[in-house]
Amino acid sequence: MRPVAVVGIGKTAFGAFPDRDLRGLTVEAARKCLENGHIAPSQVEAFYLGNFAGPAFAGQNHLAPYIAASMGIVDVPATRFEAACASGGSAFFHAVSAVAAGIYDLVLVAGVEKMTSQPTPKVAEILASAGDLGGEIRVGGTFPALFAMIARRHMHEYGTTREQLASVAVKNHANGAKNPLAHMRKVITLEQALAGKPVADPLTVYDCSLVSDGAAAVLLAPLERASEFTDKPVRILGIAQTSDHLALEEKADITTFPAIRRAAEKAYRMAGVTPDDIEFAEVHDCFTIAEIVAIEDLGFVKKGEGGSYSAAGCTRPDGPKPVNASGGLKSKGHPVGATGVGQICDVALQIRGEAGDLQLSRHALGLAQNLGGSGATGVVTILGAAA
Amino acid sequence: MIEERKLGPGIVYTETVVYSAPEAFVNDAPYQIAIIALDAGGRITARIEAERVSIGDRVRFAGYRNGIPFFHKHLEE
Repeated sequence: MRPVAVVGIGKTAFGAFPDRDLRGLTVEAARKCLENGHIAPSQVEAFYLGNFAGPAFAGQNHLAPYIAASMGIVDVPATRFEAACASGGSAFFHAVSAVAAGIYDLVLVAGVEKMTSQPTPKVAEILASAGDLGGEIRVGGTFPALFAMIARRHMHEYGTTREQLASVAVKNHANGAKNPLAHMRKVITLEQALAGKPVADPLTVYDCSLVSDGAAAVLLAPLERASEFTDKPVRILGIAQTSDHLALEEKADITTFPAIRRAAEKAYRMAGVTPDDIEFAEVHDCFTIAEIVAIEDLGFVKKGEGGSYSAAGCTRPDGPKPVNASGGLKSKGHPVGATGVGQICDVALQIRGEAGDLQLSRHALGLAQNLGGSGATGVVTILGAAA
Repeated sequence: MIEERKLGPGIVYTETVVYSAPEAFVNDAPYQIAIIALDAGGRITARIEAERVSIGDRVRFAGYRNGIPFFHKHLEE
């Protein structure tokens, strides 16, 4: 296996864009990415697309060649990857694997979702199709409901509080307010977060990420060729994807995501680093409780201490372990298929020292964690500056 | 088609009250769902009817409607 580097990145703003379509958003992100890596579309050897539900949201299927051809990428493998909210991370993982194996040199990975053209109950129904339709969804479960049940159990077992959940939302909104590409650039107070409209007890609207449109793209190359495309290659030091049951009722303990724990263990081993070495992370805060569980599963804190660690301010940009300095899914928005690829862009921006107002003081070693559904897919990537 | 098997009593492992419902259930909201640890072993996700329940409460099976298993809080006899 040969080392792989990110040599180009590009993102659209995340938000509600009634005048934009799925293909146009992807092409914008991909063009920015190819320009950033100084290559022409004709040089792309394979196109990997992360997209959760383009066919359900927009009606269009066969998306990868549909998008690739419109920007002049033809005659190459162009394939869509679906792994619920980890669709982007999964496309990225498989693209990295192919470059590492020596199958291709220049690979374009994009992620996209166009969600806001559907009314909220329809969006809830499409998102719910990533759960177990024969069980938890059949009875009226939604994704907020599944994470609400995780939160309830976490509160019961570890004493996690509503205030601790809300502190995650307050931090991510404060961070996202400084991110020019974020969907909701709005600072909120703890009181506002606690008084939000209920979605699924104990979660309020402020505990939930946003329904958004957006796209992100990353260009990969073997590390040995990286300097042809960029002065600031970002090396993929460790990466893993693992799987687990869809249904919460089939998991022995719903307060943890084994797919994330196992992916993290593999990625740490591959990179030769420990959780303590990681300087900052972008994690999958589809709900506030998901960030708390993520920092536990990634080994940043002991099991059950994620809530108190967050409420103490340890994950703020000025804390010992900055988490979601970009604003996270909570504030940036969560165009499902774009999220995992967007996280790689955000970590790469920090490592390159190009994060502007969001720039952290320690930014040499970062981690991205992308979660599919209520834990059936986990992708963990560790990135660092290429020496 | 989901097999409708008769279910025994159990204990609430976790629960939530859903306010923002998917299209098929908008008229039911708000409603409570729970994961129930069955005395006979295994867990099932079900709808709770009538009195609301909390983690640790005992519940009994009340039957299926439209393929959905319903449970009631088990009251002392």
